[in-house]
Amino acid sequence: MEGLNIPLNHILLVSSLLFAIGLLGLMIRRNIIFILMSLEVMLNASALAFVAAGAHWGQPDGQVVFMLILSVAAAEVAVGLGLVLQVQRRFKSLDMDNADRMRG
Amino acid sequence: MLEITLFYIAATIALVATILAMTRANAIHALIYLIVSLLAVAVIFYLIGAPFAAALEIVIYAGAIMVLFVFVIMMLNLGDKGDAREKQWLSPAVWAGPALLALVLFIELLYVISSANGPVSTGVVSAKQVGLSLFGPYVLAVEIASMLLLAGLVGSFHLGRRYLDRNTPEQQEYQQGGEG
Repeated sequence: MEGLNIPLNHILLVSSLLFAIGLLGLMIRRNIIFILMSLEVMLNASALAFVAAGAHWGQPDGQVVFMLILSVAAAEVAVGLGLVLQVQRRFKSLDMDNADRMRG
Repeated sequence: MLEITLFYIAATIALVATILAMTRANAIHALIYLIVSLLAVAVIFYLIGAPFAAALEIVIYAGAIMVLFVFVIMMLNLGDKGDAREKQWLSPAVWAGPALLALVLFIELLYVISSANGPVSTGVVSAKQVGLSLFGPYVLAVEIASMLLLAGLVGSFHLGRRYLDRNTPEQQEYQQGGEG
């Protein structure tokens, strides 16, 4: 493979579209599982931008940051899904509007 | 030429699958669309010369993280009742405002990235290069990532521990229901 001869613009466009869709999902959904999924989409979109930039300059740094984003996503989703279980147990619902007060 | 076509197909699949995932009422359907989206992004990674990132995307994102979601959804045992409520929440009145705001942010982002020029990649960045960089100049970041994962492990254990406690009322009710 000799690389891909398309403008860097296009892949950054895909990445920012994915990020905007994730942001939209984060704002319109009230179910905590969908909120976590939207966060995953947004992290993945930023990772795509990093890898594309790393490939543009032929440097491995983009993929290094991709791996760091991957570990952040894994830790975030582990804690987030623990919170999902707690919310379901306490409110018998996944609606985040139930949990809008700081005191349970 | 073939690779360029493949890139645009993969990008379209990623975008469509993500939009569908964000608008489903059923969590499992959304999850499967999300997995398709992640696989399409892995194809993009491979095409732009990052095969190691593509492999990690499939193994960790589409494999481990999405399986974690599936397990939690199975544990919650959501019924059809939730689907109807989700559909009700997804009315245009709910999402029109946020969609407008996200669109404005996206247009700003588009303006910022419009100055980026040149081809997206000139060759393959191999796993060896990534490993040398990871354990060379970025070794401190690896340590921080390991501490972050440890914190995530401890945090999720603490949060999930009480759910697994057998003496909670709903667990007893569930056990009695299972016997009767």
